[in-house]
Amino acid sequence: MNAPMMLSPEALAKIDGVLAKYPPDQRASAVMAALTIAQDEKGWLSPETMDFIASYLGLRPIAVYEVASFYTMYDIKPVGRHKLSICTNLPCALQGANAAAEHLKKKLGVGFNQTTADDRFTLKEAECFGACGDAPVLLVNNKRMCCAMTPERLDALLEELK
Amino acid sequence: MGLPVPPFSTDLFGPDAIIMKGLDGLNWRLKDYEARGGYAALRKVLSEKTPPDQIVAEVKKSALRGRGGAGFPTGLKWSFMPRQYTGAKYVVCNSDEGEPGTFKDRDLLRYNPHSVIEGIIIGGYAMGAHVGYNYVHGEIWEVFERCEEAVEEARAAGYLGRNILGSGFDFELHNHHGFGAYICGEETGLLESLEGKKGMPRFKPPFPASYGLYGRPTTINNTETFAAVPWIILNGAEAFLNLGRPNNGGTKIFSVSGDVERPGNFEVRLGTPFSKLLEMAGGMRGGRRLKACIPGGSSMPVLPADIMMNTDMDYDSIAKAGSMLGSGAVIIMDETRCMVRSLLRLSYFYYEESCGQCTPCREGTGWLYRMVDRIEHGAGRLEDLDLLTNVSDNIAGRTICALGDAAALPVKSFIKHFRDEFVHHIEHKQCLVPDYL
Repeated sequence: MNAPMMLSPEALAKIDGVLAKYPPDQRASAVMAALTIAQDEKGWLSPETMDFIASYLGLRPIAVYEVASFYTMYDIKPVGRHKLSICTNLPCALQGANAAAEHLKKKLGVGFNQTTADDRFTLKEAECFGACGDAPVLLVNNKRMCCAMTPERLDALLEELK
Repeated sequence: MGLPVPPFSTDLFGPDAIIMKGLDGLNWRLKDYEARGGYAALRKVLSEKTPPDQIVAEVKKSALRGRGGAGFPTGLKWSFMPRQYTGAKYVVCNSDEGEPGTFKDRDLLRYNPHSVIEGIIIGGYAMGAHVGYNYVHGEIWEVFERCEEAVEEARAAGYLGRNILGSGFDFELHNHHGFGAYICGEETGLLESLEGKKGMPRFKPPFPASYGLYGRPTTINNTETFAAVPWIILNGAEAFLNLGRPNNGGTKIFSVSGDVERPGNFEVRLGTPFSKLLEMAGGMRGGRRLKACIPGGSSMPVLPADIMMNTDMDYDSIAKAGSMLGSGAVIIMDETRCMVRSLLRLSYFYYEESCGQCTPCREGTGWLYRMVDRIEHGAGRLEDLDLLTNVSDNIAGRTICALGDAAALPVKSFIKHFRDEFVHHIEHKQCLVPDYL
């Protein structure tokens, strides 16, 4: 019995491309990329999506849940359309990250790990991105890094992400 | 605010740069790298059929030490790979840069990715490996995509694949991305992650050189370490060694962050005085006074200004001063900063990032965090200071990987050098510098 195809042919083609990087008997190595591709398409990783990835890669579902829950950038609960993750670690804090985080909280009316009522934004406190020279730094939906986020630049970003 | 945006001046990274030399932020492509003399080292090695042992010996002689944090001699590490082993062997590049304060591999990979690729290929040739993986920190996704593009360029030009440049040597390189776990910067945690598992570090021995990726002999080096290899091959071990100091060969990229005018990466000769590096970063922001500095990334002991100002930036000098060079992340704190609050943020980091595998780290990091938190918030007790040291001592050295030590070292050093500030917090239930952060 094949599981129903939960991802688009484009997403599956991407996963197949990733699988080619690893030895044929090491399909598990593609799990992180596969989950990332699935999350990009679905917005978050539901148990059904993770089960599908497990069957596609030939892994036990628990092996996939473990990975999805261990790495912080996977969302195993629904998030708003734009997930904003801001680093508040020491080097960023020394360069204005706390003020940036407070500005975001005030503008959005939510705290960390909360989503705005219109489902537009989820705000997350994040750990070091390895971009401390560009502080304050934040990520939009994991993949787009925004640097030197002054209150003005934050306002412009929020405006852009309608 | 923020790092310079390309195109920037080609001497941005400092006058003594060799790895970051001539970069303007846009000239990262293969043709640009070749125009700067790139891939000449690989061509030399393959056309002259340099014996692999000779390359390892040369790297040993150069005194190149691991740039990721531990500072282990690279040539020695390479020599651990079993030569007679006939099965698959791997080289892995650790670009999972997530130590607070460190952001050098990001610039290296986005502005000069081919230097890393060339170094990995030469490493593969020297150690008899035919496949390599470059594990890139998930948070720098745009850099990961650039790495994918650069690898494609190298493959199309015949630097990767079968029979490279007609030499008979085969080598493939693939990029792999993380997705938010500091612990995967630990080399065996990284291997677990590459295998598609939680990044929980492995018990050692066996070391990766005997049991690494998929159970095969594997060598893991930092991004910057690989990037130094082509220069050593082309210019010789002696020349590299002479750029630095004995036992501290070459240049090092330092990531300077915090209270400076111009945060950024600066590639300087090992042994450069700290005061010179601070000057390159534009000096203290707003003309304030230096209070403290963490010279090697958040896992390393903090040092007060007077010690730091008399220290040179190389492995042995920083060790003598009481800290470690680590990854070369220099976090600068000025006189307005509260040391309790600073430690609190770092302690939270280790609590958050502990993988939970070893009890002393899983439980101890939370304990440390809660104690620093109550001191910061006016509920601390004087005996907490000894307890913090005691808990730190019972974490360090009692865990599978170094994250436990990384959590303990900042705590001990902050209390050692800034005990008065902690006592003030406890006795007066408030901060000496209330406008902090």
